[in-house]
Amino acid sequence: MAPVHSQEPLSAYHAMKEQELIPHLFRSEFRKITAVLSKIFGIAHLEIAEDIASETFLLAAESWPFKGIPENPVGWLYKVAKNKARNYLTRQQLFTDKVAIQIGNSVNEVNEELETEWSDQHINDSQLQMLFAICHPAISAEAQIGLALRILCGFGIDEIANAFLTAKETINKRLFRAKEKLRTEKVKIEFPAGAEINRRLTTVLTTLYLLFNEGYYSESQDAILREDFCLEAMRLTYMLIANEQTNLPAVNALLALMCFHSSRFEARKDSNGAIILYQDQNEELWNDELISKGVYFLNQASRGNEITKYHLEAGIAYWQTIKTETQEKWENVLHFYNQLLIIEYSPAAALNRAYVISKVNGNEAGITATEKLNLTDNHYYYMLLGELYKDINIQRAKDNFNKAFSLAKTETEKKIIQIQSSRLELDIE
Amino acid sequence: MKEFVLIFRHEDGSKIASPEQMQIWMKQTMDWLGGIAAQNKLVNQGNGLSFEDSRVVGHQGVVTNGPFGDIKETIGGYVIVKADSVDEAVEFAKNCPVLQGEGNTVEVRKIARADGFH
Repeated sequence: MAPVHSQEPLSAYHAMKEQELIPHLFRSEFRKITAVLSKIFGIAHLEIAEDIASETFLLAAESWPFKGIPENPVGWLYKVAKNKARNYLTRQQLFTDKVAIQIGNSVNEVNEELETEWSDQHINDSQLQMLFAICHPAISAEAQIGLALRILCGFGIDEIANAFLTAKETINKRLFRAKEKLRTEKVKIEFPAGAEINRRLTTVLTTLYLLFNEGYYSESQDAILREDFCLEAMRLTYMLIANEQTNLPAVNALLALMCFHSSRFEARKDSNGAIILYQDQNEELWNDELISKGVYFLNQASRGNEITKYHLEAGIAYWQTIKTETQEKWENVLHFYNQLLIIEYSPAAALNRAYVISKVNGNEAGITATEKLNLTDNHYYYMLLGELYKDINIQRAKDNFNKAFSLAKTETEKKIIQIQSSRLELDIE
Repeated sequence: MKEFVLIFRHEDGSKIASPEQMQIWMKQTMDWLGGIAAQNKLVNQGNGLSFEDSRVVGHQGVVTNGPFGDIKETIGGYVIVKADSVDEAVEFAKNCPVLQGEGNTVEVRKIARADGFH
């Protein structure tokens, strides 16, 4: 099974010009340098680790255009980061003492670690441990995602602000507070011990799930960025699978879910970036490779007896990869939605279930099931009713789409409602 | 919002369903529970109670084999729901697949809370 992301051979770098190479390396190496340095310094000095990593890339950007790209660009970055870290330690006597006391290591020991801790294995472990540290229960889910994007995925503050449709200032504050929290809670960069790992993994998986959704459902106009968020969530999830201790069924189920969803990247946006609804998508554009990877991880997820919401959502997402409408498909999907709602209620799952009931038992049954939900402040509720009334009572369908339109919060949603409502007009003519 | 237990009573617990019947019944139960859960009214999906390995322990420790024969009805399981009123809980109960069996009943009972009202 090929990993979702693999390390390119070094020779591949030389085909790139430094204008492309540096951003490329930034995305893949910034997080590694930050993770390794934070691991050595302790999470209380996360910002210093980030600064050193940033300065390293700054130096690359300044010197490579003149001196040429080094023979081994990654090795160059690590070496520079190492030297910068060492200089920092020597320069800041006060800091050194503090760090040395806090992490219980002498300066010499820290220097030694700086020298030795750059193997692939160690870099991977540091990143995974950092993932657990960031997903500490003391930090809000929003801040966890922000930190993960910054520290583990190497996204800039601008990009994160763009994806969250928030001001840069807000993101900066949020990350600052989260780092403060990591400091005051004295969170350690390490694998949680034995039994603790399962409990903490729940939070980690939630963060990765939200990170993926942030990309998949984001209304940011930047399509590349959105896709990158999803790929990063998948890369981090794959790192958990590649690690024996965390290669658990729920993790595989989550990755399967992500593979199935991302198989539709190409098909769900038109050339102007407008969303294409599932039933209108060209399934030729669905990515078969990702679908078969999803099937592989879903099989891996079925070891053991545990059924998590990721299993159920992956099961639903699997059936979505089969466009042919059969009774079998919809009955299976209904079964998964039943289980999902029994485990954990959400309005979205409830509305989806009602839609599936219309597929299994017809639109009348779907309407009855929907109206029982009584989600009268939710525009999806009225969108669904509009859709289900379409063939039964056009006036009611129209009224419902109008209500949905007035409740919709964003332009994208309003646009989708308009598309569906305008189809109704066509049917009348 | 109050909580109610819906208790399934089977007229004859010694009847054994075929695997096919069991499967249909399971599916119907999931649809029923899913419908309650979709309204965010399911508190606890409870447990089905097996008719195998059942005993009744009576006065002075007399043990009999299962609640069959002497006692007319057997409890087959329960779920806990949220509802604004007992009438709403009764509406949930009315759709319970257990009621397809003639003589079966669903008992609706409000959970007594130590809130000073009981």
